[in-house]
Amino acid sequence: MPKMNMLQAINDALDISMATNDRVLCFGEDVGIFGGVFRATSNLQQKYGKDRCFNTPLVEQGIIGFANGLAAQGSFPVAEIQFADYIFPAFDQIVNESAKFRYRSGNLFNVGGLTIRAPYGGGIAGGLYHSQSPEAYFAHTPGLKIVVPRNPHQAKGLLLASINDPNPTLFFEPKRLYRASVGEVPEGEYQLPIGVAEVLKEGTDVTVLGWGAQMEVIDKAVEMAEKEGISCEVIDLRTILPWDMETVVESVLKTGRLVITHEAPLTGGFAGEIAATIQERCFLYLESPIARVTGMDTPFPLVLEKEHFPNHLKVYEAIRESVEF
Amino acid sequence: MTTTKSKTVYTPVFTDGAEYRIPTFKLLKQDGTLYKSGKAPDLDKGKALRIYRAMVTTRVLDERMLGAQRQGRLSFYMQCTGEEASVIGSTAALDDADMIMAQYREQGTLAYRGFTIDEFMNQLFGNELDYGKGRQMPVHYGSSKLNYMTISSPLATQIPQATGYAYGQKMAGDGHCTVVYFGEGAASEGDFHAGLNMAAVHRVPAIFICRNNGYAISTPAVEQFAADGIAPRAFGYKMDVIRVDGNDILAVYQATEAARKLAVEENRPVLIEAMTYRLAAHSSSDDPSGYRSKDEEALWREKDPILRMYNWLTKKKWWSESEEKELQERLRREVLETMKRAQKLPPPPLESLITDVYDEVPPLLNAQFEKLKAHIRKYPEEYPKSAAHVQGGV
Repeated sequence: MPKMNMLQAINDALDISMATNDRVLCFGEDVGIFGGVFRATSNLQQKYGKDRCFNTPLVEQGIIGFANGLAAQGSFPVAEIQFADYIFPAFDQIVNESAKFRYRSGNLFNVGGLTIRAPYGGGIAGGLYHSQSPEAYFAHTPGLKIVVPRNPHQAKGLLLASINDPNPTLFFEPKRLYRASVGEVPEGEYQLPIGVAEVLKEGTDVTVLGWGAQMEVIDKAVEMAEKEGISCEVIDLRTILPWDMETVVESVLKTGRLVITHEAPLTGGFAGEIAATIQERCFLYLESPIARVTGMDTPFPLVLEKEHFPNHLKVYEAIRESVEF
Repeated sequence: MTTTKSKTVYTPVFTDGAEYRIPTFKLLKQDGTLYKSGKAPDLDKGKALRIYRAMVTTRVLDERMLGAQRQGRLSFYMQCTGEEASVIGSTAALDDADMIMAQYREQGTLAYRGFTIDEFMNQLFGNELDYGKGRQMPVHYGSSKLNYMTISSPLATQIPQATGYAYGQKMAGDGHCTVVYFGEGAASEGDFHAGLNMAAVHRVPAIFICRNNGYAISTPAVEQFAADGIAPRAFGYKMDVIRVDGNDILAVYQATEAARKLAVEENRPVLIEAMTYRLAAHSSSDDPSGYRSKDEEALWREKDPILRMYNWLTKKKWWSESEEKELQERLRREVLETMKRAQKLPPPPLESLITDVYDEVPPLLNAQFEKLKAHIRKYPEEYPKSAAHVQGGV
């Protein structure tokens, strides 16, 4: 199997979907001949022409409005928002339009072909506007799917699934891993299921849950905990919406403890949703309070990024506290 | 890279563009005769009467349904009154397979395309036959078979969507275009800028039709923009533009017909500004007496677009007073009878609460639904409409 980094895997997925379906189009700011500021769309214009891979004017609400129309027409737009931090001008088009298109029309029309790709997450000295993790804003929106991959293999399989999914899908790419994460990626088309979490490691003492680049952080923390004899079950949620409650419930019924971690701020973060649901479903089985290890309730800082970040040490401490409660 | 070469000057020269006044295209006078230099478009009797009937249908429906709202039979209503020529005249110049994306005051376009009184009523009352399954407020119509995109309340969101839809049509090469309607108030939204700029850059077969009716709820046009209306904005995007008398059915028709040619044959998007007047209140929740004068309304009532077309048709001997009387009576009767029928139909089944959020109902949502059903079973008298359904009835 060839080795790829996450960007190559994403580029491969786009290439395959454009080759197999001529109604797949890639567009956004600098997506055309330049291939995107991160090179995710490299060579696609050269290969598929200016009509199918192109630059748009610099207007996020326009990019998504345009994509909504294209999807309603029956195309499969893969729209890129340069940084997830700049998705907010398109919030109205995503929340009021994309998400509600099928429901409000009684299924006369839909924008199921729509996929929105956006680099997200911190850890790259991106400061306030090149670091955000906005998944929780969208998780409050019925009608959307939200997917986050953790490595190149997932990025390709989940992106192909997102493009083919008959619902509008937000695909958040952890840009810290774009070149840092390298792994084996199968050739050709394959899809990973949306809405299904993945148990990466079985354990008995505590469930540790995250998504995206945070899985790397979890790995390190778990390694430290296991050296002390704590058996951790590790779950990658993969899909934020609709999330796989059953897999998490099943795990917590077994371990009795749950640590959730994400980069986004604590208050209103998606960990809150998971924690509330799990205490409802697993109340009599919980041995300790559900722990949330997250970014602080501040804008994402530049110089003190490391302090702000929910790193492996903080996750490790939370695992210990949970087990020793 | 720019396509036009800019002239250099050596003193600071400012311009506010005031020298570019966009003329208004007119053909028909209120008495039904043509302006001397005007030439009527090629509109045969069949099509002219199809347009006229749609206009009268829209007017009668609007009057009756506003009345129904006032009687408390309907939660909400919005009239097209005064703007029938703007919307129906433009739609008549399209191919019926062209996509229409409207704002909410364009029910006349549906009437023209053959949406039945039953179909209007089912949506207004949100009954089990409503295509939208009773989910949206009244007047938020949609019809896939008539190529009329379902209306949504957020203003101007449909404008960049129309650009995207038209891009898809261009790619498909099917020779169709998208027509998007919006008011002059909605044109202040960022989505207007996004949609028109992208349409010009990507050269899509789209026609942007602004109904400039003077008011956005209570806000008069002078508080909406400082420039000469919406039309001059097209210069900034390098888009073809025309301003037309929106109460003049012949001018609207001819302008749209020419615009469609540019859009479909040359992929040149066009902006049409139809100058008209919102004769009715903004909606059933609005009372215009708080912000404009009766005299002003009366002035525009004299320019009624339906009356103008009636005068033209009768002068041509294509229509008569007796035919008019018969049409009006028939429509009034039909609207009333259909309303009674539609009102009695049951609401959509309880399942329609959770279907179509996604293509399939996700497990978490299904669990919420099971909980709701159990709750309704416990309190059936509090939920009479859905209780029967939950118990296995209706």
